[in-house]
Amino acid sequence: MKIERNKRVKRLAVWTWTWVATLAIATFGPQFIWDNHTFLTVFAIIVNLANGILMILANRDLFNHFDELEKKVHLESMAITLGLTVVVGLTFSLLDQKDLIPFDAEIGILVGFIGICYMTTLFINMRRFK
Amino acid sequence: MKNHIRDLRVAKGMTQEDLAEVIGVSRQTINAIEKEKFDPSLPTAFKMAQLFELPIEQIFLFEA
Repeated sequence: MKIERNKRVKRLAVWTWTWVATLAIATFGPQFIWDNHTFLTVFAIIVNLANGILMILANRDLFNHFDELEKKVHLESMAITLGLTVVVGLTFSLLDQKDLIPFDAEIGILVGFIGICYMTTLFINMRRFK
Repeated sequence: MKNHIRDLRVAKGMTQEDLAEVIGVSRQTINAIEKEKFDPSLPTAFKMAQLFELPIEQIFLFEA
């Protein structure tokens, strides 16, 4: 079970890091590497999208390998994270629309919030069953 | 739900890790079941009943 788990974790790690790398290339490549060449930009974006889909599939594969308690812990964490992301995200967007915050509501902030929220709820849920 | 998993496991000379391996779950899950913090699924309960050669109702005690 452990060997199979480690294999899946490694696969997910590889797809995640390559996704981050291709995202960085698609973001900064047009400006710093290929001088805004449209074909190369579209190609980089498509590669990044395909990589992202493979990352999602690897994540699903790992999730399906979890046992019943692990699934429960992760599902509860995902439910709280999803709820908080919708509620806090819309509040954040509203604050931005009404100019009540001194900066723009960037998607990056929301992605960071999702990550922190998921890790925190996962940590709390894992402690509950220790 | 109360259970006798810990006693049965110790009587069989198994560690949590051994039991987890046989049942096909993580050691943390066995620990949570033994501490009665988590109720196992029906397939897991049946696997335990088969392993300990006892009916499920002698391993798990349902309290409404």
